Amino acid sequence: MKLEDIVRKLDLEVTSGEKNLDREVTRGYASDLMSDVIANAEKNDISVTLQTHLNTVAVASMKELAGIVLINGRRPEQETLKRAVQEAMPILVSPLSAFEVVGRLYGFGITGMKG
Amino acid sequence: MNRLKQLHKVQELVYELKIRDAAVREVFTMSPDTMMTQVRQMLRGQKITAAPVIENGTLLGIVSVEDYINWLQEGADDCPVSERMSRDLVTMYDDEPMVFAIQNFEKYRYYEFPVINRKSGKLEGIITKFDVLVALLKALDIDYYKMEIGQYDGTHFFNDVSADQSRLEFAYSVPKAGIGAGGEVASKLKRNLGYLGIHPNIIRRVAIATYEAEMNLVIYGGGGTIRANLDGSCIRIEVADEGPGIEDIDAVLEPGYSTAPAWVRELGFGAGMGFSNIQNSAQELDITSAVGKGTRLDIVIPLEES
Repeated sequence: MKLEDIVRKLDLEVTSGEKNLDREVTRGYASDLMSDVIANAEKNDISVTLQTHLNTVAVASMKELAGIVLINGRRPEQETLKRAVQEAMPILVSPLSAFEVVGRLYGFGITGMKG
Repeated sequence: MNRLKQLHKVQELVYELKIRDAAVREVFTMSPDTMMTQVRQMLRGQKITAAPVIENGTLLGIVSVEDYINWLQEGADDCPVSERMSRDLVTMYDDEPMVFAIQNFEKYRYYEFPVINRKSGKLEGIITKFDVLVALLKALDIDYYKMEIGQYDGTHFFNDVSADQSRLEFAYSVPKAGIGAGGEVASKLKRNLGYLGIHPNIIRRVAIATYEAEMNLVIYGGGGTIRANLDGSCIRIEVADEGPGIEDIDAVLEPGYSTAPAWVRELGFGAGMGFSNIQNSAQELDITSAVGKGTRLDIVIPLEES
């Protein structure tokens, strides 16, 4: 499923990386620990987190993740947004909780299984 | 870039670029009480065909060669330019997109337009077709340059250079309060390795190891240095700080072991996975540390995937 379909279905607010919304997503990783994301997320994953600081973008671009969903309506910090725009990394904001976001993504066929 | 792409790029640019990016700022101007008899010589001296007439920075009109010729033809008495200048002007604001200027050139067939600063209302400069062209060429040139860098292929660097031994070093210093810098060294290093055409999987490993080490420097080490050395077969990353040192090296290698304070954990760090992430990315990880003196990591990552 493409990021833009997820944006539409979950009614996400796109704060950055508009031009990369055609990225294909098949897997996701949900964590608020950056080192955990580094250790376990895979390329092209969609990341679900409540962390709004700059390092979310740093980690996402390092791991070449497809995009970041911020939960509970949390908005990226100014520096975060600046870097996300620079790296064209999509940061998508949802008013829903992590449980709800992940549950719905799973319903779309996006899993957490490796490979 | 093929021709179609080039055209699209130019189309984008005329919307992206602002009038102020092209407008010439140093403009030869006249005061309203310049006499008509002086006009010819002044314009000639500047090699221009018209000049804005301003008072305290505010544009009153434009006096052109045409106004001068009309005045001559009528055989009228000498008078200040303010009496003969054109007051009915088409002006542009400095913050308008350049495409407006192109449309105006098309619409009015004037050679130039005065550019007004929207905030101050004062004359900022003039814009001619030539200025538009130069601004576009400059912007395209910059874009070409960016593209070249993006495509720069140093894949064969180590094969191309001839020496008994060659290596490349990237050295960085990490400031003490750098958690907000978001792994700046790791991203810089990642980009450099990209230029060298290193395999993306290897780059990712280097980036992860460097990022974790950089976070360690920031959180625990009080800042430090990161040096990455490349030769034809592997990259060696040396990370050094003069911080408090590590008491129990075996323990920090255990996933989940952490001495991180609460504020660090709140930022999503200090989960005790830093060293194990480094270890998983590297072929070798050597830690030397003395309590109260500092810590040194030697990380080796081969350039070929094993």
